[in-house]
Amino acid sequence: MSLLTKSSFWTFHGGVHPECHKAMSTQRAIQTLPLPKQLIIPVQQHIGSPAELLVTVGDTVFKGQPIATMASQQLGATIHAPSSGTIEAIKKHNIPHPSALDGLCVVLRLDGDDDWGDYQPIAYADLDQYTNKQLLARIETAGLVGLGGAAFPSFVKLKNSSKKGIETLIINAAECEPYISCDDMLMRERADEIVKGLQVLLRLLQPTRCLIGIEDNKPEAIVAIKKATTPFDNVAVCAIPTLYPSGGEKQLIKILTNKEVPDGGIPFDIGMLCHNIATVYSLYNAVIKGEPLLSRVVTVTGDGVKQPQNIETLIGTPVSDLIKQAGGYTEKAQRLIMGGPMMGFTLPHDAIPVVKASNCFLIASVSALQQTKSPHALQAQMPCIRCGKCMVACPVNLLPQQLYWHTQAKDFEKVVAHHLSSCIECGCCDFVCPSHIPLVSYFRFAKSELRSQQLALEKANISRERHEFQEFRRQREKEERAEKRLKHKAALQRKKASAKGKNPKADAIKAAMVRANAKKVARAAEAKANSVIKKNPQDEAKGES
Amino acid sequence: MQFKTDSSPFVGSVSHLGGVMRQVLYALIPAIIVMSYFYGWGILINIILAMIIAVSFEAVSLWLRQRPIKAFLSDYSAIVTAVLFALTLPPLVPWWILMVGLFFAIVIAKHLYGGLGYNPFNPAMVGFAVLIVSFPLEMSQWLHPRWEEGNLPNLWESLQIVFKGTHELYSQDQWDSMTMATPLDDMKTELRSHYFSEIIITDSYGWVSGRAWEWVSIAYLCGGLWLLYQKIIPWRIPVALLSALTCIALIVNLWEPDQHQTSLFYLFSGATMLGAFFIATDPVSAATTPRGQLIYGACIGFFIYIIRTWGNYPDAVAFSVLIMNMSVPMIDYFTQPRVLGAKREKS
Repeated sequence: MSLLTKSSFWTFHGGVHPECHKAMSTQRAIQTLPLPKQLIIPVQQHIGSPAELLVTVGDTVFKGQPIATMASQQLGATIHAPSSGTIEAIKKHNIPHPSALDGLCVVLRLDGDDDWGDYQPIAYADLDQYTNKQLLARIETAGLVGLGGAAFPSFVKLKNSSKKGIETLIINAAECEPYISCDDMLMRERADEIVKGLQVLLRLLQPTRCLIGIEDNKPEAIVAIKKATTPFDNVAVCAIPTLYPSGGEKQLIKILTNKEVPDGGIPFDIGMLCHNIATVYSLYNAVIKGEPLLSRVVTVTGDGVKQPQNIETLIGTPVSDLIKQAGGYTEKAQRLIMGGPMMGFTLPHDAIPVVKASNCFLIASVSALQQTKSPHALQAQMPCIRCGKCMVACPVNLLPQQLYWHTQAKDFEKVVAHHLSSCIECGCCDFVCPSHIPLVSYFRFAKSELRSQQLALEKANISRERHEFQEFRRQREKEERAEKRLKHKAALQRKKASAKGKNPKADAIKAAMVRANAKKVARAAEAKANSVIKKNPQDEAKGES
Repeated sequence: MQFKTDSSPFVGSVSHLGGVMRQVLYALIPAIIVMSYFYGWGILINIILAMIIAVSFEAVSLWLRQRPIKAFLSDYSAIVTAVLFALTLPPLVPWWILMVGLFFAIVIAKHLYGGLGYNPFNPAMVGFAVLIVSFPLEMSQWLHPRWEEGNLPNLWESLQIVFKGTHELYSQDQWDSMTMATPLDDMKTELRSHYFSEIIITDSYGWVSGRAWEWVSIAYLCGGLWLLYQKIIPWRIPVALLSALTCIALIVNLWEPDQHQTSLFYLFSGATMLGAFFIATDPVSAATTPRGQLIYGACIGFFIYIIRTWGNYPDAVAFSVLIMNMSVPMIDYFTQPRVLGAKREKS
């Protein structure tokens, strides 16, 4: 297959070369954490809506027991108890989220037995014995989400694609963010398991080919995966050039296939599906071993910890436990970042738990995060001179300099016209800006501003509709009342008319009354005329005097 | 443990505004050397004086606008403007010419519009345009280059001319004989009565254009190529500008070869190279989209030809650049690049 043995690839527009710092955390094998005392498990760890609680305070749960699940038709994934213990509390707690808001969490006090109880996993030895439906059901009940960072429910992604089938399956193992090495280590140590997970995907999706994209700064991982995938002739391991952000879904697809995912669309629109390599590993756990998603490999690195390393840890473990495992803080620990230094976000403290989307905790000093070749990194912000370096670096081919200009002017119409919605917030523009403008922050501001405008508009539309309906209802009621009145009147008249016909005596009385009235009027008129005549002489007398 | 929060990316930028501006200054060094060789001390005096005046105006403007003076002076933008402006002036112009020009460049064109990054017009070219319109005589008296009409004034004489005027050292006739119009100006006048082929072989012309000017242009070209190599300036603007100018000149020259200058003459005379690599590429006032830069550059080339050939002024870079500066917002808006995954426009 010529397509698969290709050694050169396509490119995407832009990209930058930040310093990697990956070797720091790849010196040790993946470590396992001793069972923590307590786990804090957020009920929303995925894109979609929060899961609904299945447990209450005081309940004892087994390892692998669902503690929160999705209502039907809701986007999300089931959350399981990562180990056995007692539910100590269900309360709001800090969760790792860029908004720094609290989320509902289940606090689980572990009993240390790590007991599966009634939830003992049942392995699927031979995939061929099971139907696609059965396999998908296992993925759904295991609560799998994409482990690359976005945490999109895997079941939803696979269900749609497995119905129609896809042409190309892309496995994202680029891991382009500096410092992060959890996928790298996973590939080095557990390539066979990954390939078993991959078999599940191949079985479900029946793609014509599968491309595994790995940045060429991970030679050990490339060798391991290449070795493990040799039996498959439609799977190719692609060592792509190291260039941030090659791990962006759309960027990776462009590199591997030269195809572009439509703006605002998903890879499935062009017959592709993209999964992170760690997700593929968890597919093995879920489908073959029958274990739900209870743990993941997390990189704990940076100059702020004594022994940077990768740790396999239960979901819900507080970050402080990971730090302990990594030898504790050094005096350089100034920032705690979840994710990488380009797209991650800072956490205010280390009592925050690991979630399904946590791939890395970077603890570093501000100076270590800067590029060694740039002595001006901490220089103050200067005005934009429209040099266009950001435009050259943008992997989506936007015009950050124009977006910045219009954002500053709060001219959001123009911001939309410059395709802000396509911005992936990768930080390449910030990275190259000679004026040190925090462009991504400006774009986030513009996005949130546009979102609130959109919300305000929707709200206004709703109120307008309500108002219009109220007006309509009032009008209708008025009309109804008028109609009713008319009907009533008509009915009365009809009643009267029919009453007239029945009672001639009344007519006679009425006629008599009319005659009497007429007489009265005539008399009054006569009296009036007389008084006027009487008055006249007086008037004349007055006139004479 | 508690941590300070911040927003991504946490990796600092690798480049630096002052660094970008400094590269531009380095790229001008060859031209400064060549010009000083041909025209003597007047060039350096212009440059140094312009730098002092520009920095003073910049500092005062920043102070009045209550901006941090040190941070903004260390971006070198005022110095770049000063040097570019000084290089467009004839050597030994009176000091007040520099004052007037730089006042318009720095105070009016730059700071009244909001300072660095907000000026719609190229400051150096605004200063130049004001001067050429207001003081055409002072602005068109160029010294004879080194090899003609005796020696160039020495440093002391040069300073006296700049600050006290010429009459203390030279009579009006003497001074007139020391100065001349630029080859561009001369060529334009001569073409009324002579063929191009006759004029170009006279003494003041070299291989393709003015004897000194072709070397100066080559020096600018070298500096410009270095900036391109360093990726300080986008290639599209100079390439589009020079190609447009070459093409139009070529077509007209083929049509009436004797009445019009050759493409090479246009390229290597006047401020063409300075304009193409250093003026039109000023990022603040230039078009910023890839396609926009092509249009912007080509239109400047087009206007340079039109104004030089049929306009009243011998050189046209300043006016062409200023005209196109005005069109930049529109060009940029209508030439946005195709976003990844967006539908290709039907063409």
